[in-house]
Amino acid sequence: MVAVAALMGASAMGATSARADDLTLCWAAWDPANALVELSKDFETKSGHTMKFEFVPWPNFADRMLNELNSGGKLCDLMIGDSQWIGGAAENGQYVKLNDFFDKEGIKMADFIPATVTGYSEWPKNTPNYWALPAFGDVVGWTYRKDWFSRPELQAEFKTKYGRDLAVPKTFAELKDVAEFFQNRKIDGTTVYGAAIYTERGSEGITMGAMDVLYSFGFQYDNPDKPYELEGFVNSPEAVAGLEFYKALYDCCAPPGSSDAYMSENIDAYKSGQVALQMNFAFIWPGINADAKVGGDKSGYFANPAGPGGKQFAQLGGQGISVVSSSEKQEAALDYIKWFAQPDIQAKWWSLGGYSALRAVVEDPGFATSQPYAQTFLDSMAIVKDFWAEPSYASLLQASQKRFHDYVIAGQGTSKEALDGLVKDWTDVFTDEDKY
Amino acid sequence: MSDTPMDRAARATPPAVARRIRGLSDRSIAWLFVAPSIILLLAVNIFPLIWTVRLSFTNFRVNRPNAEIDFVGLQNYRRILTDGDIWLTMQATAHFLIWTIVLQVLIGFSLAYLINKKFRGNDLWTTIIVLPMMLSPAVVGNFWTFLYQPQIGLFNYAVSFLTGFDPSSFSMIGSVNLAPWAIVIVDTWMWTPFVMLICLAGLRSIPDSIYEAAECDRASKWRQFWTITIPMVLPFLMLAILFRGIENFKMFDLVVQLTGGGPGSTTELTSINLKREAFEKWRTGYASAYAVILFVTVFGLASIYVKALNKVKQR
Repeated sequence: MVAVAALMGASAMGATSARADDLTLCWAAWDPANALVELSKDFETKSGHTMKFEFVPWPNFADRMLNELNSGGKLCDLMIGDSQWIGGAAENGQYVKLNDFFDKEGIKMADFIPATVTGYSEWPKNTPNYWALPAFGDVVGWTYRKDWFSRPELQAEFKTKYGRDLAVPKTFAELKDVAEFFQNRKIDGTTVYGAAIYTERGSEGITMGAMDVLYSFGFQYDNPDKPYELEGFVNSPEAVAGLEFYKALYDCCAPPGSSDAYMSENIDAYKSGQVALQMNFAFIWPGINADAKVGGDKSGYFANPAGPGGKQFAQLGGQGISVVSSSEKQEAALDYIKWFAQPDIQAKWWSLGGYSALRAVVEDPGFATSQPYAQTFLDSMAIVKDFWAEPSYASLLQASQKRFHDYVIAGQGTSKEALDGLVKDWTDVFTDEDKY
Repeated sequence: MSDTPMDRAARATPPAVARRIRGLSDRSIAWLFVAPSIILLLAVNIFPLIWTVRLSFTNFRVNRPNAEIDFVGLQNYRRILTDGDIWLTMQATAHFLIWTIVLQVLIGFSLAYLINKKFRGNDLWTTIIVLPMMLSPAVVGNFWTFLYQPQIGLFNYAVSFLTGFDPSSFSMIGSVNLAPWAIVIVDTWMWTPFVMLICLAGLRSIPDSIYEAAECDRASKWRQFWTITIPMVLPFLMLAILFRGIENFKMFDLVVQLTGGGPGSTTELTSINLKREAFEKWRTGYASAYAVILFVTVFGLASIYVKALNKVKQR
C-alpha cells in the first residue's frame, strides 16, 4: 500500500530517480527548520525518498558546516547554507551549479524576489550563474511592544517630552528616542529597557546589527565604480556617524548584561518582557506572534528605519538551498529542489512559518494580510543589502566583528579609528586575494 | 642425581616464545607488540606536528582545495610576530595565567594545610571542595554566565549585598575592566581543588618524625612551617604550577562559554585567537605558524621549568 502510494506520488511529481534514497538536508537548528521537517513529509510521500536532517545551532552552524564542505564530507546531500558562503562554495566547487537543472525543469529565477536571487543564488553577483534556489527569505527588522506603546499615560508622557506620538519610529533618531523613553522605566512593577540589539562577538552578531544602521547612514562596501576600493566608502563620514549611533544606542538603551547578544538572547529579552524594542531577523516573528505572553495584539513589527539622509536599508539574512557536490545522491537531491520550487509547496512553506521567496506567494493579494508581520516582511525585503559574499567572507566578517565589538561594546578608540582599521583589515584580505 | 635450584628454574622457564613462532627472536616479538603503539603515536602526534611545521611556510587554506599552494618562507612568522593584536592576546593570556596560578596556589595550599589538620569531617570537606573540578568546563562556563547576569545573577546580588552597589549597575562579563577577572574567578573556583589535592599529597608525604625532631629542638611552629613544610611541599607545588600553567595556556572552552573573547578583544586568549585564524578565517598556513610559535613557547618554558623543578627535588 505504501509502495503504491509512493509510486503514485513519484509519478505525480514526475520524479526522475529510479530508486529511493536517504537524503540528508543540513541547516541551522531554529524554528524554520522544524517547519521544513513538517513540509518535507509531503516530499517523502510523493517521491519515495526519505529525508534525514542535520541541524546545528546558529553559533556553531558555520564552523560545523563549512568544515563539512571543506573536507568534502558526505554527510549533507542538500545544504541550506548562509548567503555569504555562496562565493566560496561556488569557486571551490562545493555546490553543484544549477543553471542546466533550472533550464531543464523550467524553474525561473525571475519567479523569485530579486534580492533573494542575488543574495542567495548568484555567484559572481549580478550574473546569471546559480548555485542555489532561494529557500528562506529573511531580513533584519524590529519587533515592538504594541501594548506598551498604546498605553494612554505613556502616550501622553511621550508626547509631552518629544512633541510627537509614541508610534513606530520612521528614523533611527526616533527609534533612539523611543528606546531612551523606555529605558529603566517601571511597567507593571518591573523595570524594563529600551532595545535589544545585536552585540554578539563570536560569530556574526554585531556585524549583522551594526550594518543595519551603517547602511542607512550611508556606508558602502566599496566604490561602486571601482570594486574593492574601500577608502572613503567604508570609513566615510556617514559610516562613522552610523557606527557612533550604534554605540550610542547600545550605551543608552540595551538591557544590562547584553554585551554578547544575538538572535536567541534578543528573543529571550523580548519574550520575558524586558525590552520595548527588539532588533532581530524576521524568522522570529511567527514565534513572537504565537507567544502566549507577548504574541497577538501585544506585538507589532516594523522595517529597519531610515538614516538621517533618508536612506533606508536592512541587513539581508536567509539562505538558498544547494546540492552538495560531494553528495552521491545528487539526482535525488535535485528532485527535492524541484519539488520545493513548486508554487503550492512554497505557499504551504509560508503557511507553516517558512518565509517563501517565491513571488507568486509574496505577491499574492492576500499575502500582506495573511499574518500581522507579512507586510513588514515585504517592506523589509524591498530594502535589503548583504554582507560581502566573497570567498574570503569569513576573514572579512571576523575583521568587522572585532573592530565593531572593540569600539561599540568595549569602548576602545573612536568610530573613525574602528572603520579606518576595518579598511586596513579588508584591504589586507583583498591584497592576499590579488584583488588589486 | 640431585635436583639443583638452577635445574628447577630452567625447567620452570618456558621455551622462548620466538622459537615457537617461525623462528622470530624475542626482540622481534617485542617490536611486534610495541609497533602498533609507535605507529599510532607517529600518525596522530608526530606526523601532524611535522605537517603543521611544513604548512606554516605556505599560504595554504583548507577551504580552497583548488587553489595553488605557494611557499611563502617566513612570511607567516613575520606577520604574526609583528601583529599588535596577537601581542595583545599574548598579554591577555599572560594576565590570565599569572593571576590564576597565584590565586590557585595560595588558596589551594591554604586549603590543603587546613584539610591536613586532623578534624572531624575533613574527608567530607575534601569531597565537597573537589566537586567543581569534576564538572565540564563548558558546563561551568554556562553556569557562571547565569551567575554573572546583572539582573538575575546570584554573584551580582552577593556583591550588591556586600558593597551596596545596584546589582544591575555592573556586568562582570560585559565590562572591559571586570571581564578578565570574571574568568580568573571562575577558573580559580574550578581548579583550586586540583592544586589543593597535589599539595595535600605533599603535606601527607612529610614524615611526622621530622616535626617531632623539630619540636625536640624547640623550633617554633612558624620556623617548622618555613624550614620543613614549605621546602618539602615545594616540588609538589611546582608540579601543580606546571600542570596548571600548561593547562591554562591552552584554555579555551571556559572562556568561550563565558565571554567569547569579549568584550571587544579583552579576553581573547591565544587559543581563541588561533581557533579564529584556523577555523573561522581558514588561514591554515598562517594558523600553523601561529601554532608552531605557541608550541615552541610552551615547550621552551616548560623545559626550563622542569629543569628548575628537578633541581628543587634534588636539594
